[in-house]
Amino acid sequence: MLFLIIKRILLGFITLFIVSLITFVGTEILPGDACTTYLERQAFGEQLEACYRRLGLNVPAYERYVSWAVNAIQGDFGYSLSGEMPIKEVLGPRIKNSLVLASAAIFIGIPIALILGIVTALWRDKLPDVAISTVTIFAMTIPEFISATLLILIIAIWLEWLPGVVIVPTDVSFLKLLPNIILPVIAIAMIMTAHMARMVRSSVIQVMASEYVQMAILKGVPYWKMVFKHVLPNALLPAINVVALTIAWLLGGVVVTEVVFNYPGLGRLVIESISNRDLPTVQALAIILASIYVSINLLADLMTLMLNPRLKTLQIRK
Amino acid sequence: MKVDNIYKEEKKSVFKKVSEVIITMASRPSGFIGLSILVFHIILAFISPYIAPYDFKAVNPTLMLQAPSAEYWFGTDDLGRDVFTRTILGGRTALTITFFGSLIALLWGGLLGIFCGLVGGKIDDIVMRIVDAFLSIPWILAMLLIVSLLGTSTEVLIPALGFFYGKGIVRVARAATHDVIAKDFIVSARARGHSNLSIIWNEIIPNVRDAIFVEGAMRWSWMLLGFSSLSFLGFGVSPPTPDWGLMISNARGLMSFAYWAVIAPIVGLSSLIIGINLTADAFAKALGIDRSTKAPV
Repeated sequence: MLFLIIKRILLGFITLFIVSLITFVGTEILPGDACTTYLERQAFGEQLEACYRRLGLNVPAYERYVSWAVNAIQGDFGYSLSGEMPIKEVLGPRIKNSLVLASAAIFIGIPIALILGIVTALWRDKLPDVAISTVTIFAMTIPEFISATLLILIIAIWLEWLPGVVIVPTDVSFLKLLPNIILPVIAIAMIMTAHMARMVRSSVIQVMASEYVQMAILKGVPYWKMVFKHVLPNALLPAINVVALTIAWLLGGVVVTEVVFNYPGLGRLVIESISNRDLPTVQALAIILASIYVSINLLADLMTLMLNPRLKTLQIRK
Repeated sequence: MKVDNIYKEEKKSVFKKVSEVIITMASRPSGFIGLSILVFHIILAFISPYIAPYDFKAVNPTLMLQAPSAEYWFGTDDLGRDVFTRTILGGRTALTITFFGSLIALLWGGLLGIFCGLVGGKIDDIVMRIVDAFLSIPWILAMLLIVSLLGTSTEVLIPALGFFYGKGIVRVARAATHDVIAKDFIVSARARGHSNLSIIWNEIIPNVRDAIFVEGAMRWSWMLLGFSSLSFLGFGVSPPTPDWGLMISNARGLMSFAYWAVIAPIVGLSSLIIGINLTADAFAKALGIDRSTKAPV
């Protein structure tokens, strides 16, 4: 058990190491570098040399990688190019804002997804299932930027209920942020909820068809007691892993949604830093987003381990 | 003579199998709707250049932001271009790029997955680690990096999307290969002294083909989603090419008084994505593969 947990954590770190290598090599082969972008037309001779020295670009690539990695582990990602301020300070408020957005979406989305998934599974192929399943198919296939644009058009422009664009400074207090995030949260929660509801549905259906549930029915266990005692605990376990993967996948959707609503989070920073060729920030973002992905998955694995006694003795799937 | 017969029968059975799968798909209402939407979009993509009433890049300042009328069915956009023309042409780039992109994804993902599943051991471990690492980079960041590195031409976007969306297929193909690898016919093929290549081609591919195709169909809709998101963010095809994602992002700023310029491409893009999704779902069900518990990675 302990060995398994340690192994998972180690594998997570190896993944992060490979990600850092990939992004470092990726940004390294981008045409131009930090100095030529920053100095633009004056990128030659003395000034270029000085800039290389200042940013430490005059040493071989592998040495730069090592020093970057050592600093990154300590939370120091160097200096961003455009703002000339430490990336740590740029990232701080952005991470907070994105976390607010994502956690609001998760806290609203997961309970709704559970309820919808269970309802559709228990009334399989009946009216509630058909109706909800049709809606979830629409909600999960339509891209975030379309649902977000439609939300703005209908709720912000036609009905004028809520602000359509977030116009707040990056380091705004939570209470002032709140009315602004309702629409973005709906946009993100919608697609996430739809995905999870479908997974919960099929998971519950699988368990309902299993032998021990048939046995419980034959024994005459009351229907709802059976659902809550036998079906749900077993059905929700496998769903945890899939939900984790979905949340991680939706990081991309968060980026798009933040751009649509002009929300000052990590996602908009991704677009801004890539447009500006701000490579140090891109590297930092890649590592941070990948760590979020890896830790969500790790957490899901650990939760499955804790909750499922059968897995304690088995090696969990690779 | 006899060999000839066998050959012909095999040919026929492939054709028959395909038509059977399509009939099974169309026999469900959702599959039928999905197939019809998809076929409609494909036909539209082929004929739209011939039926478009106006030139898609003809700028006309006197006709800016006209509401829909008999002359301009879907109105005009902020440069006075006909929205109907641009909408029916808007799916061509997306369809072409994502179709060939998913073919590439299928090919390299499927072959690498089969190879890893077959050889196992150290090579398998290393490749899967790298695939995992790529999976943990959010798709949007990776795509943006690739696009800003290599530009946004079609020749770049197709292999880039194909590469990026193929890594998930590696896992599926590998898992499917693991399922068949221990079966008796593989063991006997090995005992007969067949080479790895021959085993892959004659024994493994026919057995994992369905799973990989279903995965590829699903990837197609995600790729379309990714591609139009890129266009929307301004990193996809470049203007004045008519493209739904690009049209939505251009018209978005003016939608408080010219909603038609946003609604038309939204309907186009949503219907295509829903069509592909329903078709992929029906395809999976027709082949008897349950995808509903899979995460979208």
